[in-house]
Amino acid sequence: MSSTDSGPGAEVRRGLYETMVLCRTYEEAILREYHADKGPGFDIGKGLVPGEMHLSAGQEPVAAGVCAHLTSDDAVTATHRPHHLAIAHGMDLEAMTAEIFGRVDGLGRGRGGHMHLFDPATHFSCSGIIAEGYPPALGMAFAFQRRGTDRVAVAVTGEGAANQGAFHESLNLAALWRLPVVFVVEDNDWGISVPRSASTAVPSNATRAAAYGIPGERVEDNDVDAVWAAAGRAVARARAGDGPSLLEVHTVRLWGHFEGDAQGYRPELAELPGRDPIPRYAARLTDAGILDAAAIDRMKAAASERVEAAVAFAKASALPDPSDALDFVFA
Amino acid sequence: MTITDTTAPQATRRLNTSKAMVEAIAQEMRANPEVFYLGEDVGRYGGIFSSTTGLLDEFGPNRVIDTPISETAFLGLAVGAATEGMRPIAELMFADFVGVCLDQVYNHMAKIHFESGGHVRVPMVLTTAVGGGYSDGAQHSQTLWGLFAHLPGMKVVVPALPADAKGLMAAAIRDDSPVVYMFHKGVMGLPWMAKNPRSVDVVPEGEYVVPIGRANVVREGSDVSVVTISLSVHHALDVAEKLAGEGVSVEVLDLRSLVPLDREAILASVAKTGRLVAVDEDYHSFGMSGEVVATVAEHDPGLFRVAPERVTLPDVPIPYAHSLEYAVLPRHDRIEAGIRAVLR
Ligand SMILES: Cc1ncc(C[n+]2csc(CCOP(=O)(O)OP(=O)(O)O)c2C)c(N)n1
Repeated sequence: MSSTDSGPGAEVRRGLYETMVLCRTYEEAILREYHADKGPGFDIGKGLVPGEMHLSAGQEPVAAGVCAHLTSDDAVTATHRPHHLAIAHGMDLEAMTAEIFGRVDGLGRGRGGHMHLFDPATHFSCSGIIAEGYPPALGMAFAFQRRGTDRVAVAVTGEGAANQGAFHESLNLAALWRLPVVFVVEDNDWGISVPRSASTAVPSNATRAAAYGIPGERVEDNDVDAVWAAAGRAVARARAGDGPSLLEVHTVRLWGHFEGDAQGYRPELAELPGRDPIPRYAARLTDAGILDAAAIDRMKAAASERVEAAVAFAKASALPDPSDALDFVFA
Repeated sequence: MTITDTTAPQATRRLNTSKAMVEAIAQEMRANPEVFYLGEDVGRYGGIFSSTTGLLDEFGPNRVIDTPISETAFLGLAVGAATEGMRPIAELMFADFVGVCLDQVYNHMAKIHFESGGHVRVPMVLTTAVGGGYSDGAQHSQTLWGLFAHLPGMKVVVPALPADAKGLMAAAIRDDSPVVYMFHKGVMGLPWMAKNPRSVDVVPEGEYVVPIGRANVVREGSDVSVVTISLSVHHALDVAEKLAGEGVSVEVLDLRSLVPLDREAILASVAKTGRLVAVDEDYHSFGMSGEVVATVAEHDPGLFRVAPERVTLPDVPIPYAHSLEYAVLPRHDRIEAGIRAVLR
C-alpha cells in the first residue's frame, strides 16, 4: 500500500472507487430484497429479510478510505450500520448475505442478523448497541500489542455515539495504554431524527481527542482521498506503537435511518442526491484521466455480478431448523 | 395519593394502545407543569414506537425533550429532577439498552428512597419498549421485565390492552415511587408491524386511572388459569376463544403489574381452576413464570390438581431468523400446547 501524505496515487484511487461501487451495489440489492415482500403496506417482520435494516448509502468513503489500509489480520468493530465496512474489510459476501437473509450458511447461521455480523476470518464484528463496539476494539488491540504484532483495531461509530460513556472511557483507556486503535466517527449529521446540533456540544468530535491527549482529525465533505490520507496516518501511528488516534469524517446518510423511515424530520432531503459521493468521485477520477466511462461500467458490472451471486447464494441456503433453536448458547 | 378505578360508564371511543398511552401523558402534562418527557427521538419523531406522537406540538421542546444518545446522563438527570420534586418521564428506547445505564436505574432510581430512610422520593416514570416477534435480533427483542422486577425499589407495570395503557400511565405518573412502564411493540397497534386486533379497543375519555398492582381477569373460565402479561395476553385470549369451541373453559389473568404482584388474584384463579399455565415472553429461569408458580406453591400446593406448566422464552438469546425466533417465542401454538398439557 503506497501511503503518502500527498494523497493516494492513481492505482489506489481506482481501488477506492471500486470499493465504494461494490458497497453501494450491495446496499441497493439489499434495499430491493428487503422491500420485495413487506406488503401489503409495510410490515417490518415480513419478507425474506425481516427486521430492522440500516443501510449505509453515502457513507462509502469512510469504509473505502479507512479499510484500504487494513489487512484481514486487522480488526474492525462496527455498528448497526455495518455493511459498507464489512465489505471494504473483505468479508465474504456470500456468508454475509446469507446471514442477512437468516440462513444456515450465514456467518452466524441465522442467529445474528444484519446488526450482528461476526467474521473470524476478517476479525470483523458489530453491535446494535450504540458505542458498544468501541470497548471490544480495545481488547483486540490489547491482544495484538501483547503478542508483539503490528496489527491494529479500528473501531467505528456514528457521531451520535460520541456522547455515550463507552466512547469516552474507551478513548481514555486506549490513550493511557497506548493501544493500537484507530477510532473512527462517521458523522452523518443525524442520530435517527436528532441532528448533531441537538446532540453534541462541540462542532467537531476531533476536538474531543485533545481531552485524552491523542491526535484528532476531521475530514470534511465526505472526501475519500482525504479519508484515505488521514486514516493512513492514524493506522501508521498505531502500527508503530504510538497509540490511538481519532478520525471523524463528515459523511452523509443518503437514505433513512432504517428502511421504512419517512424522514419527515429532515429538511435537506431534496439536496441529498447532489451529495452522493460516488458520482462525484467518478467525475473527479474521470477528469484526472484515471477512469473512463468504459472502466466505470466494467466496475459496476463486476460489482453487480458479485453481489447478485451472493444474493442467489443466500436465497439458496436453507432456513435454520426450528429444532436447533437452542444451539450455540455455550461453547 | 388516591387512585381510583374510574371506569367511564358509556365509553365507546376506540384507540390503539399507543394513542391511549399518549393520551394519559398529555392529560397529566396538562394537569401538572412538573411533568416532562425526555428521551431519544421523542420530539419530532414522536417516539420510534409512537409513545409520544403529538406531544411536542402541544407542549413544546421544553417539556418534550430529545436527548443525546447518553442514557446514563439523561436517566440520571430524571432521577435528580425527581428528587427535586419534578415528575420526569424518561424513555429508554428499547429495554435491551438498559445495559448502558443500569446503574442509574437500579442503584439510584430504585434505591434512593430506601437509602434516605424515606426522606427522598423519586417520582419518575421510566418508559421502555419491549418484546420481539419481528426479527429484530438478540439485542432488540427482549422483554427483560423479570430483571426490573427482580431489583427492589421500582414498580413495574406492563399494559396489554389500550385502556390499561392509559390508566396505568396516569397511575405511574402520579405515583411517588419510580415506576417502570414497559410497552410491548406488538401491543401498540403500530401501522408497520403485524398486530392483534386487541391492540385497538375502547378507551375511556377524560381522567382514567388503573391502580398499579391489581391484576385483571380478562376472560373468565373454569378449567384452566392462564396467568400472563403483555402481548401474551392477546395470544392467550385468542387461544381461549379457540378452545372454547372445544368446550374448554380458559380463564386469562392479565397481571398488568409485576411489582407489586397481585398474588391474591393468582391464588383466586388457581383456586377456582386447579390448573395453571404461566405464559411469559421473558427468559424461562429466575423470572416471572417461576414467581407465579411459587406464589401458588408457597400458599397451598394443594390448589394444583396437576403440575403447572410454564410457556416461556427458553434460556437462549432471541434468534434473528424467523423460523428460530418463532420456535422460542411463546406464541399461540405453544400456549395451546401448554393448556392441553395441564388438561391431560
Ligand atoms: C445504547 C443505545 N441507545 C439507543 C439506541 C437506538 N439507536 C439505534 S441507532 C441510533 C442512532 C445512532 O446514531 P449515530 O451513532 O450517529 O449512527 P447512525 O445511525 O447515524 O449511523 C439510536 C439512537 C441503541 N441502539 N443503543
